[in-house]
Amino acid sequence: MSGIKEKEQEIIEEFEIFDDWMDKYNYIIELGKSVPEINPEYKKEKHIIRGCQAQVWLHAEYKDGKVIYTADSDALITKGIIALLIKVLSGQPPQEIINADMAFIDQIGLREHLSQTRSNGLLNMIKQMKLYALAFQKSKS
Amino acid sequence: MAVTEDILRKQFPILGLTVNKRPLIYLDNAATTHKPVAVIDRLRHYYESENSNIHRGAHHLSQLATEAYEQARENIRKFINAGHNHEVIFTRGTTESINLVAYSFSKKFLNPGDEILISEMEHHSNIVPWQIACENHRANLKIIPINDKGELRMDQYRELLSDKTKLVAVTHVSNSLGTINPVKEIIRLAHQYNTAVLVDGAQAAPHIPIDVKALDCDFYCFSGHKMYGPMGVGVLYGKEKWLEQMPPYQGGGEMIKEVSFKKTTFNELPFKFEAGTPNVADVLGMDKAIQFILEVGHTDIARYENDLLKYAIDRLSELENIQFIGTAEQRTSVVSFLFTDIHPYDTGTILDKLGIAVRTGHHCAQPVMEHFQIPGTVRVSFALYNTKEEVDALVNALAKVREMFG
Repeated sequence: MSGIKEKEQEIIEEFEIFDDWMDKYNYIIELGKSVPEINPEYKKEKHIIRGCQAQVWLHAEYKDGKVIYTADSDALITKGIIALLIKVLSGQPPQEIINADMAFIDQIGLREHLSQTRSNGLLNMIKQMKLYALAFQKSKS
Repeated sequence: MAVTEDILRKQFPILGLTVNKRPLIYLDNAATTHKPVAVIDRLRHYYESENSNIHRGAHHLSQLATEAYEQARENIRKFINAGHNHEVIFTRGTTESINLVAYSFSKKFLNPGDEILISEMEHHSNIVPWQIACENHRANLKIIPINDKGELRMDQYRELLSDKTKLVAVTHVSNSLGTINPVKEIIRLAHQYNTAVLVDGAQAAPHIPIDVKALDCDFYCFSGHKMYGPMGVGVLYGKEKWLEQMPPYQGGGEMIKEVSFKKTTFNELPFKFEAGTPNVADVLGMDKAIQFILEVGHTDIARYENDLLKYAIDRLSELENIQFIGTAEQRTSVVSFLFTDIHPYDTGTILDKLGIAVRTGHHCAQPVMEHFQIPGTVRVSFALYNTKEEVDALVNALAKVREMFG
């Protein structure tokens, strides 16, 4: 199992204990409060991913063959989901990030947050995470 | 027909839905309203027993459909009190109506150095077409600012008007703030400079009577789907004197008199502006929706909706850290707010989980959000089928939101 799939499995198991949506969202909100804030110097226009409803800031760096992501959002639920995305993708090698299907989002019942209508920046954030991975992979070869 | 909740609500089949295992509470009517059975039946009836292409073909069905279509035009003329049927142009909606004027009027009348005036509270649909027109004709776009209550600064408007102003485009009712603008006064002032005025009536049509003659507006635009009618259909009212002089917007069938490869002559009004096969079914559906509004009656609608709005503002005021955006003296059917300590997206997400449909975000009016320096609002917008019980449910749900995030 790849590093990413292992992390996804951990999250899926974590979410299995929630009986109702409110527990689940309370957990996401807590995650949102705990996500390591992005370094303020990266929290500017250049790193913004705009959604019509919420915004996301994303920064990536390449260290020892792995991509390290930090991110932030102005909305707490978005931030909580960002924490999950970072848990799964950060610290992984570029090729695995590029290949990741992010199916766990569906399995923990949060797919609605990635729909076009939500327009909260998350869909574009995943795209941007993969683009960073692709760029790092190209630059190393 | 009186506005009694029971009778009214039964006419809207979708209100019986459950969302996230809860009865749907739909408070997003400024985005689109639901459709009464009469409108849905009308569409079905058209496709089952009238469907055919109109204004051509001498056969029975074509004649039926043409008559119904032109009768709808007459009914809509009456609804807005226009002088002539041919001043009523069918479009895809308010956005297309505005684009039509922005293109055709500007092509004929807008010259380099001229000015177009719009306001800070416009929907993007009443901003972008004018930006494009000004760019194409090297004209300048000027903005009428709003005050902190979300009302137009009329003093500033008077100063902005000049001989250079070719057209003023303002909304009748703001989609993000609910403000009812003093359009009659705006038009009167503009006419002193022979300036034409376009009124975006998308948010007004379902709530207040429209009288284009009393307003003396040059153009008035609205959409079917925001007034209990189908999507994809709308109206452009234009004064004959402008429409006659304006060049066609699109070319195709219907809008021509004679076509040869050397020269095409255009059809007369209103057909000059209705290129291609019209959206007959939805025009008939919109006609039915207007009939529905007239049967309930504007007076009853206004009384009921204003009462509901007042109740909602009172109840929402009970909540901690609530900030209302848009507190104009004259307003209708919209309450925009946010919690100062909770992002509107978070509020909207939890409301959705509780089966309550509201709109969160910038409501396609980013300049308004910029004015108030906020990321967006939660917008609650009412239609005549909403109830005080629904407002109570909203307030309870918002209390839950505060519990989760507070």
